[in-house]
Amino acid sequence: MSLILTEEQEMLQDAAHGFLDENAPVAAFREMRDSKNPDGFSRDLWNEMAAMGWAGIIVDEEFGGSGFGYVGAGVLAEQMGRNLTASPFFSTSVLGATAVQRYGTAQQKDQNLGAICDGTALFALAVDEGPRHRPEHIEFSARSHGNGYILSGSKTFVADGHVADKLIIAARTSGEPDDPSGITLFLVDADAAAIERTHTPMIDSRSAANIKVDGLEVTGDDILGEVDGGYEALEGILSAGRAVLGAEMSGSSQQAFAITTDYLKEREQFGQKIGSFQGLQHRAAHLATEIEMTKSAVLKSLQLLDDDFESASATCSMAKAKSGMTAQLSTQEAIQMHGGIGVTDEYDVGLYFKRVHVAQQMFGDAGFHADRLAKRSGY
Amino acid sequence: MSDLEQFRAETRAWLAENCPEEMRDGDITAENQCWGGRQWEFQSDAQKRWFEAALEKGYTVPTWPKEYGGAGLAADEAKILTEERGRINARKPLSNFGISMLGPALLAYGTHEQKLQHLGGIARGEIRWCQGYSEPGAGSDLASLKTKCEDQGDHWLINGQKIWTSNADISDWIFCLVRTDFDAPKHKGITFILIDMASEGISVKPIILISGHSPFCETFFDDVKVPKVYGEGNLSVVGEVNRGWDVAKNLLVHERGMLGTMSPLRGAKGPENLGSFAADEIGLDAAGRLDDPSLRQKIAQAEIDDWAYTLTVERMNDEANAGNGLGAKSSMLKYAASELTKKGSELRMDIGGTEAAAIGPDGIEYDSLANTWLYNRAYSILGGTTEVQLNIISKRVLELPSA
Repeated sequence: MSLILTEEQEMLQDAAHGFLDENAPVAAFREMRDSKNPDGFSRDLWNEMAAMGWAGIIVDEEFGGSGFGYVGAGVLAEQMGRNLTASPFFSTSVLGATAVQRYGTAQQKDQNLGAICDGTALFALAVDEGPRHRPEHIEFSARSHGNGYILSGSKTFVADGHVADKLIIAARTSGEPDDPSGITLFLVDADAAAIERTHTPMIDSRSAANIKVDGLEVTGDDILGEVDGGYEALEGILSAGRAVLGAEMSGSSQQAFAITTDYLKEREQFGQKIGSFQGLQHRAAHLATEIEMTKSAVLKSLQLLDDDFESASATCSMAKAKSGMTAQLSTQEAIQMHGGIGVTDEYDVGLYFKRVHVAQQMFGDAGFHADRLAKRSGY
Repeated sequence: MSDLEQFRAETRAWLAENCPEEMRDGDITAENQCWGGRQWEFQSDAQKRWFEAALEKGYTVPTWPKEYGGAGLAADEAKILTEERGRINARKPLSNFGISMLGPALLAYGTHEQKLQHLGGIARGEIRWCQGYSEPGAGSDLASLKTKCEDQGDHWLINGQKIWTSNADISDWIFCLVRTDFDAPKHKGITFILIDMASEGISVKPIILISGHSPFCETFFDDVKVPKVYGEGNLSVVGEVNRGWDVAKNLLVHERGMLGTMSPLRGAKGPENLGSFAADEIGLDAAGRLDDPSLRQKIAQAEIDDWAYTLTVERMNDEANAGNGLGAKSSMLKYAASELTKKGSELRMDIGGTEAAAIGPDGIEYDSLANTWLYNRAYSILGGTTEVQLNIISKRVLELPSA
């Protein structure tokens, strides 16, 4: 398989580029932020995305999706990263759809995939329980009770957790807090009385929630995947999330860099364009190289998710690591090369800097994934 | 079955039948590759059989036209051949500067007769070429070269000195940049010329590098007479006189392309994998982690960078095959490959610790980590320094303004 987009994928990219530039530019994101919109995204925009088939981008056509797979999702995420588009796309259409489509029962698919595709049901993945990403550390308890379970525990910084209709919760059905085995995923209604959600506004102006569950009764029908074997499913969902976050960060890197090179070509100091200074040129050329490396890493991970999902975990980790490092460098340089205006709120590069930081932390930063790679490779 | 599937099946069968087991030992290094040339002696019978089988099929230079010794493969077929070769870890049957640098430039700028003679000689492994570009006073500023080439009617008269001519001492011919006009602006007085190294007046002196070894030489030209015409339509000059810079630049792109597609961390003479090398040398702690947290992090980061780089080579090739030429982006690959190559051997030396700095009674051993580490410092200098590549990316890819 070639490491380039197919014609169909390129058309999707062009369509997304055009649509988002017109309907969801950075200015729209800024306006949403300034209006203190409690959702953290525009519902009208989300409905339009769903109408174009984006909400069901990875969902198979038989369930009403667009069947574009993960490369398709990455193509959209990259364009959203360019425009800093805030939407439930990631939580619902990537994490939620992956969870249900790959690990759900026939009944769970019937009940949920249609609602994902038409944009009416929002999902969120509740995995972390502390300040940092640590997916194998699960204390959240699922105690066996009659034919079902009783869920109790806390989850932190659940992206889109404040607006989700459905929560996917990683809970412990057996074993110790750091055991990969003994984890079970549950798919539950987010508005149950036993669930308390506290909105946590984030630095990137997206929203998340801390979630406290106190004695929520669930049945076997609410289990997603295998009892005690949920870690594998969690890994799969996280891998998909990591690759798509990588695509988003790749888009943000590219756009922050494009804004910066435009500025280098226009800003004058000492009587000349600052882009003629070799000190800046070499840093820009290095960054341009890193951005190319990142594009390849991200595309490979997305293709592998489509081709051989089960084997994509390490590749998605590497793509997340590479894209995170590049995005950080790109947005740091964007601020520095803009000088004073780079640190003003009025200028867009700071918005990229903040978004990229959150995306880098989400599902593991570069150091987290380097550690995973080393462990996996036996050193 | 599509044509390409058919081609893949045939190629796989051909490789299975013709590539000897001994030639299936992975990426070739400078020591075990088949260079060809008048002085060449095959290192093994298997190497010879593999070369001859490939030659018969046109696979020493698969994408070159059949009339010039190639197999005339299209880009997608060549990719399949490379993939299938990689699948069984087969060496390239022949590799040298004629194939990777001069050949592509001749295909673009040579006359039919020049191609017939020189491309054929390269394809058949008969002639080994070296590159006469740099001079003591013309390194990064290559166009300021001063080797003098005077028109003497039926021949050219050449005087001057080249440096960093890799393997000049064992090469048969040299492709050379010379100055034919000292009055014109520096880029406009350069000519690209092909010279037999056996010509009277050429002398060669090897250069010893910090590693104690080196393929590099200095090459001196003292009143060297080069015929203007080697045969009908077969001139010594490629392209037009005083327009050699165009040919030179074309060739530099191919050189960068070649240097940009190395496998940096698995470079010559290094153990296959940095992580397992480190695990063997340093050992693991109780949790199964390398017993040196700082090195562990650096190695993992380098592995990720190497992986992304390797994919970028693949992606850019795929883009080029799809019609979007690589152009100045080859500088990105050259830059990344050079820096990763240095990084890989630095990490190996760090893993090896003090022991890796110990040398043999006769100096630094050729197959030691230290030799590779020292030699690899040259990668970000030769073929255009890292700084030159960054300049090219700034100007040609990013189109940043000139001072």
